[in-house]
Amino acid sequence: MPSGDPNAMTSDLALVKAIGSGDQSAMAALYDRYSSIVYSVALRVLQDTGAAEDVLQDIFMQLWRNPGAFDANRGNMAAWLAVIARHRAIDTLRRRRPENSLEDVVVVVESDLASATDRARAMDKVRGAIQVMSPPQRSALEMAYFEGLTHVEIAEKTGEPLGTIKTRIRAGLLSLRKVLAA
Amino acid sequence: MSVHEQFAEDLALYALGSLDGVELQALEKHLEECGSCRRELEQLRGDVGLLGLSTAGPKPPARSRQRLLSAIANEPRLPVRDRVGASTRTRRSWFPVLGWIAAATVAVVCIGVLRQNSTLQQDAHSLKIQLTDQASKLEQANEVVATLRDPEALQVELVATGNKPQPRGKAIYQRRNRSLIFLASNLPALPAQKIYELWLFPANGGAPIAAGLFRPDTRGSATIVNPPLPDGVAAKTFAVTLEPESGSHESPRGTPVIVGAGE
Repeated sequence: MPSGDPNAMTSDLALVKAIGSGDQSAMAALYDRYSSIVYSVALRVLQDTGAAEDVLQDIFMQLWRNPGAFDANRGNMAAWLAVIARHRAIDTLRRRRPENSLEDVVVVVESDLASATDRARAMDKVRGAIQVMSPPQRSALEMAYFEGLTHVEIAEKTGEPLGTIKTRIRAGLLSLRKVLAA
Repeated sequence: MSVHEQFAEDLALYALGSLDGVELQALEKHLEECGSCRRELEQLRGDVGLLGLSTAGPKPPARSRQRLLSAIANEPRLPVRDRVGASTRTRRSWFPVLGWIAAATVAVVCIGVLRQNSTLQQDAHSLKIQLTDQASKLEQANEVVATLRDPEALQVELVATGNKPQPRGKAIYQRRNRSLIFLASNLPALPAQKIYELWLFPANGGAPIAAGLFRPDTRGSATIVNPPLPDGVAAKTFAVTLEPESGSHESPRGTPVIVGAGE
């Protein structure tokens, strides 16, 4: 986020409300705050900068057209955008039409990630949690998350039983929640 | 949180979109009936979002920001309170925009008259007459605006007998002020994941300049008012093309739908 940004301390909810009133500077502020997250996720999934830029544009345009899709009472903007970005990127990867509209996705994260400091702290924790996962667990989670593979496809690819894949993925997700709550 | 254990692992897969087959069907059926599992699903989606945060680092190129800001500038919206249950994706016809322009123009004139009135007391009588005249014009303008804005107003385009209304556009361009007003009508409905884009082709043969993405309303009408344009470009031709939803921006990729050259 650029220093001196007058919107730096504005809450996500206030920015979303301003966007609802057609405030383009609020949209720019929200973009400055979260474009890196959306772009990073899309880039990691798609491995293509142009395609990742298209996903980035698509998501923020939809937010501009329908800011009410984000329900601040039930979600956290950073995590919500990361989920949306990943959905759209995988849809692009598989060349299929988007399966979820923005409103369909409700994401609950207890932590407030609106400030750059909070986000940086959360990223460190999440990366730390991923680092301490066993390689098979990390691999299963990453195949599901970044490659959009089903648990059956992961089981076929790794030669592991379906039940093992399921257990690893759930335990991996819960460990992220636990580390962020700590 | 009390989650049904038999669905606990499937919920995690579902949050990732990695569940399929009969297990997917069974879980979706269960989710319709189970609030606690739905709440756990929301939590798991939050966990999935956290996983996304682990990727943060690469920043999008600066052109992406400009691309977005140009796109939203070309898709301005009225404040929420002025929108009447309509999708923000489509604007109604261009008539309301003209109505606002007319109202704003009259309002500016009235403000000018009022200021003059306060500084030239000796001409109060004259100004009163002017004000009355302006008020009368304002009333007339308001009547015009009301008609133009009325969604139930019948709008009919007259064409030569035997002809169907054809897509058409009118670009009014003032190079000195970089001011461009574009009105379109009778445009075909957009195919899925497509959008119209207006282009300005410079007179010097330079690269075409993107002048706004737009979606016509249900009647095929659309308006672009003063999109961001570079200074002092003499225009030769304007064209509207059908583009991918994110627009082309560098150069037209789609075939022209309507084209017109200046004199």
